[in-house]
Amino acid sequence: MAEEKKLKLSNTVLPSESMKVVAESMGIAQMPEETCQLLTDEVSYRIKEIAQDALKFMHMGKRQKLTTSDIDYALKLKNVEPLYGFHAQEFIPFRFASGGGRELYFYEEKEVDLSDIINTPLPRVPLDVCLKAHWLSIEGFQPAIPENPPPAPKEQQKAEATEPLKSAKPGQEEDGPLKGKGQGAVSADGKGKEKKAPPLLEGVPLRLKPRSIHELSVEQQLYYKEITEACVGSCEAKRAEALQSIATDPGLYQMLPRFSTFISEGVRVNVVQNNLALLIYLMRMVKALMDNPTLYLEKYVHELIPAVMTCIVSRQLCLRPDVDNHWALRDFAARLVAQICKHFSTTTNNIQSRITKTFTKSWVDEKTPWTTRYGSIAGLAELGHDVIKTLILPRLQQEGERIRSVLDGPVLSNIDRIGADHVQSLLLKHCAPVLAKLRPPPDNQDAFRTDFGSLGPLLCSHVVKARAQAALQAQQVNRTTLTITQPRPTLTLSQAPQSGPRTTGLLKVPGSIALPVQTLVSARAAAPPQPSPPPTKFIVMSSSSGASSSQQGELWILNGEKAM
Amino acid sequence: MAALAEEQTEVVIKPDPEGPPALPATQPGDCPGEGSGGSHNSSHNGGGGGGVAASSAGGDGGTPKPAVAPPAAAAAAATAAPGGAAGAPAAAAEGIASQDRQTLLAVLQFLRRSNLRESEEILRREARLLEEAAGAGAPGEMDGPGAEATSALLSRVAAAAGPTGPGPGSGSGPGPGACPASAGPAASGAGTGNSGAAPTAAAPAKVGVVAVEDQPDVSAVLSAYNQQGDPAMYEEYYSGLKHFIECSLDCHRAELSQLFYPLFVHMYLELVYNQHENEAKSFFEKFHGDQECYYQDDLRVLSSLTKKEHMKGNETMLDFRTSKFVLRISRDSYQLLKRHLQEKQNNQIWNIVQEHLYIDIFDGMPRSKQQIDAMVGSMAGEAKREANKAKVFFGLLKEPEIEVPLDDEDEEGENEEGKPKKKKPKKDSMGSKSKKQDPNAPPQNRIPLPELKDSDKLDKIMNMKETTKRVRLGPDCLPSICFYTFLNAYQGLTAVDVTDDSSLIAGGFADSTVRVWSVTPKKLRSVKTATDLSLIDKESDDVLERIMDEKTASELKILYGHSGPVYGASFSPDRNYLLSSSEDGTVRLWSLQTFTCLVGYKGHNYPVWDTQFSPYGYYFVSGGHDRVARLWATDHYQPLRIFAGHLADVNCTRFHPNSNYVATGSADRTVRLWDVLNGNCVRIFTGHKGPIHSLAFSPNGRFLATGATDGRVLLWDIGHGLMVGELKGHTDTVCSLKFSRDGEILASGSMDNTVRLWDAIKAFEDLETDDFTTATGHINLPENSQDLLLGTYMTKSTPVVHLHFTRRNLVLAAGAYSPQ
Repeated sequence: MAEEKKLKLSNTVLPSESMKVVAESMGIAQMPEETCQLLTDEVSYRIKEIAQDALKFMHMGKRQKLTTSDIDYALKLKNVEPLYGFHAQEFIPFRFASGGGRELYFYEEKEVDLSDIINTPLPRVPLDVCLKAHWLSIEGFQPAIPENPPPAPKEQQKAEATEPLKSAKPGQEEDGPLKGKGQGAVSADGKGKEKKAPPLLEGVPLRLKPRSIHELSVEQQLYYKEITEACVGSCEAKRAEALQSIATDPGLYQMLPRFSTFISEGVRVNVVQNNLALLIYLMRMVKALMDNPTLYLEKYVHELIPAVMTCIVSRQLCLRPDVDNHWALRDFAARLVAQICKHFSTTTNNIQSRITKTFTKSWVDEKTPWTTRYGSIAGLAELGHDVIKTLILPRLQQEGERIRSVLDGPVLSNIDRIGADHVQSLLLKHCAPVLAKLRPPPDNQDAFRTDFGSLGPLLCSHVVKARAQAALQAQQVNRTTLTITQPRPTLTLSQAPQSGPRTTGLLKVPGSIALPVQTLVSARAAAPPQPSPPPTKFIVMSSSSGASSSQQGELWILNGEKAM
Repeated sequence: MAALAEEQTEVVIKPDPEGPPALPATQPGDCPGEGSGGSHNSSHNGGGGGGVAASSAGGDGGTPKPAVAPPAAAAAAATAAPGGAAGAPAAAAEGIASQDRQTLLAVLQFLRRSNLRESEEILRREARLLEEAAGAGAPGEMDGPGAEATSALLSRVAAAAGPTGPGPGSGSGPGPGACPASAGPAASGAGTGNSGAAPTAAAPAKVGVVAVEDQPDVSAVLSAYNQQGDPAMYEEYYSGLKHFIECSLDCHRAELSQLFYPLFVHMYLELVYNQHENEAKSFFEKFHGDQECYYQDDLRVLSSLTKKEHMKGNETMLDFRTSKFVLRISRDSYQLLKRHLQEKQNNQIWNIVQEHLYIDIFDGMPRSKQQIDAMVGSMAGEAKREANKAKVFFGLLKEPEIEVPLDDEDEEGENEEGKPKKKKPKKDSMGSKSKKQDPNAPPQNRIPLPELKDSDKLDKIMNMKETTKRVRLGPDCLPSICFYTFLNAYQGLTAVDVTDDSSLIAGGFADSTVRVWSVTPKKLRSVKTATDLSLIDKESDDVLERIMDEKTASELKILYGHSGPVYGASFSPDRNYLLSSSEDGTVRLWSLQTFTCLVGYKGHNYPVWDTQFSPYGYYFVSGGHDRVARLWATDHYQPLRIFAGHLADVNCTRFHPNSNYVATGSADRTVRLWDVLNGNCVRIFTGHKGPIHSLAFSPNGRFLATGATDGRVLLWDIGHGLMVGELKGHTDTVCSLKFSRDGEILASGSMDNTVRLWDAIKAFEDLETDDFTTATGHINLPENSQDLLLGTYMTKSTPVVHLHFTRRNLVLAAGAYSPQ
């Protein structure tokens, strides 16, 4: 018996130096070593005794955490006066300091200015205890309501997704395993959990889990209908509510496949119809799904990525490419893709490297229209500084030439001009902070021009600006905390400095598998080119000026979400 | 049985060769109920012995407001039985006296021979002090509670020595001397004692301390720990035995392995006691890893104990020295061990086996490892077999017949048509059920119960009505669970109770408050003030409605009065009172009419962990850190019974449905069942591997479910005194247990934030309680936890503190949301 459960108990004692320190603090200068030793033994023993008693109070108080009051009560048991003034701290704020070969833990006592305390407004009164009732289970089934934990915890969803071969014991009812995951999880699942023994061991032949359709209850069907309608409907308030529900509700697991299909189909249809608003709504749904902490999305990423990628690189996303702000959608979707990469990319699925490859391919292609070009660059740029450094910076000169040829050359197409203009500002926006970090400070217009060609001067001024901002940032950072010695200058400049470290490995991994999105993109590219609208006199920087009011509202929301 | 008779002779071997001093706790002729209960606790708390009524009046400083009738007048009923019980001990003490005097003389001689002047001195002083019954203050006493209290204590100790088996040290030593002096008060206490076994609130906290502090001086000398073996040899002895046991036959190995832990502990303590600090440390280091994991808590205490001075006042340690560790070993294995030890001349170990272990020898096949593992784990080994032999009346009391006219009245009041037809047949069925007397039920008047009031009858009728609407539960029809979450409790919720009719919920909090919520639309109202009451027309029909003050109506009432966290709460069955027990050492009785405190019951002096009303009201039980459970009646400010015997805190207390028994679960990892009538311990259940935190009786009174910190729920057959099931599944302390109204489902709630439902019918279904099992106590538990588990329901980081089945079998669960 003992072999399986070895105990490890060691008799730890306070170091006798501690006794010396305490004695010194009380004015006893020279304490003989022997006394110290005796004292440590005694004190250690008493402390342990008290700790053991305090534990009792913790258990009886139905808590998992020992509090200072437990120790007070334990002292009281021993007829010792409790320590006053150590109440109501979530954690005991001991600080550690070392120096001169000594290590010390001390309780930091700040000097408090009384007038400060008097003058500060009183804190809010804590809420009083109240009683709230909910159904933990209804006739054996746990309803999926926010008061209950998510019916299928993420790990369980994952286990199911990654090990679908796990079969149940024979004899146990096999029907509706998916249902079992959801509501029945609880009823059947005490058993289910124990069944995890590998079936091979039991000598049961491997069985594939029967493929079955998710059976949605009537309530779930209603919910699905309501949510999807609200998401693509016209009422913004309803939409916000629906998105909130998607982002927070714990019980959506079973509806996930439907949502995923809804989004991918929706994108497919609306890209063809150039319905910008709907595409935006759908992307916001993707965002909400990704924000929901209880969902295990891995199983559906293959459906979501093509949809999102389409929204980034599609040649045309709206009916009037010259006026509608489809650029914002591309930006938003690019950030989503970056988020997907960050969350779901692993060494086995290589999502990030495959996505990067796709972007690079379409960007490098000479015939790529400016819209797709913009999307590719945005997508790459959102993947992080390393990607910008390795993939975008080397091509700046080439791209700059192309932009110059459009902007300075004869006005062939207004759409091209707008596109080139956007690409230029996009490049400036993303590259400047990276350059500010990479290049040593003296920012020389000429040096930039030689390195980056026609974009050089503009880049230079942006880099200068970025530096100034970084310095400002660093100052603020320095002022607030002492610990951070390395300020992060990119904090404010780029909205999504995601997956920094991960991108380093990206180029080494050959991504030979083409993503489905590629076909989608190429299909788009092969589509007959849109007739260019008649050239106009005005070249507007902000092309959203002409957009319809409803779309403007959308874009505003998109921009609002950028901050998230 | 022949085995039994023989076993007696076998036991006789054990009185150790050296003389009587070290074995105070177990005498063969002892009352079986007490068994290992002869700890220091039972002695200084008076056990079941006679209390000293006289001293209580003097010593009790803060007598609670007698909101109820004075004890003398109160409940003459309650006194009848105790009087008789208390008379016996006095006589017993007398009988033992002469024997004990000889013992004392022998001890003194022995001490002189071994040149232990000091100890002899102490003992003499002790003895003289007792003879004179003088109040000079006992030696070693700390801030003594005064002469009166001291003599009271001592005489009480002596008196207690009679029935409970003399306590260690002070029990056996002073016994004879004390006799003349103590028998008097004890007898008079019994004579006058209307509160029977009640030892007194007067013995204040100090008494416990005194006794504890006192004992080491005497018992330390008496104990065999001062034998000077060669400290360096200890490791050799132990590993020698280890080698022997590991090389023995498989069938014996499991049994003999039980020896490891007690031997380890005692050898370690011997080393520490004799101040071989380094040897002790290395001994501990070397062998503590071999011990079973469930002894970890005790080992942790031991590991911190490295000096002789620490042994004084360390309770865990005292338990080891004062109570014998009980092992159950087959005769063959025992012979094997004996032969080995004699061959090897291994006196050190042999002495420990003789003096500190109680080996319960049985004939027949040695037990298997599983059988042993199921039963061990408690702080003092397994229960002796005799300890569970007493008859227990586990049947239910006959339900009082409720007359039809009352039904009709109720019908009118309720204004419900069609009810009478439905009701009558049902009432008949109820009647017929209760008419045939359960053969296992105690006599109806075994303990006096309060008369049913009209309101109680009304409630019973309501209950019956609800019963007709009750859901028949089963594996295919699981109950719904309604969870009451305490929000913003900031980890301060420490106790919850729900009334039987599920209309009120009480919560005890760490901030010393008790809060009562109404969960029905009916709000909580208090009675009007006296002046307003005098204006009411007393003849009016709705006088009960009129006395309530509408202005005070609210959903929540807060009861202030405790000065420490409230660890226990219990509603009276008639919903007029609420009990709460707290860290401040009191149990308080609150009125739910006026929402004020009526009585503070003082007696525990240490935190009171749990309290519960009897299912018939009037009586209640409380248990606390002072290791005893006390039985009280609401109109007595002193306890009626003290249930002493646990070796550690009494964590939870529950009444048997027939109110004749009380179950207590303790941190010593045992569950005990006590007879309310005479205060005897009638069952000791061992097998839990952690402190017990929850208890539940099945509605038919036959079974008991217990839950502990080890996350297991164990099921016990009370009649046979056997473990009948083990429910594994929880991963943390099981804090709440409850059977459904018809006993089909057992619900358990835990600190691991789950509620689990178990199939109780199946668990109790085919119990093979054949004579053999009953006689030997060998059990074979089926591994069927998973088949019995019907459902697991996770809460959102909310430990499940309380569970309750409504009359219609809906589960109410409660706990405080504690964000991580």
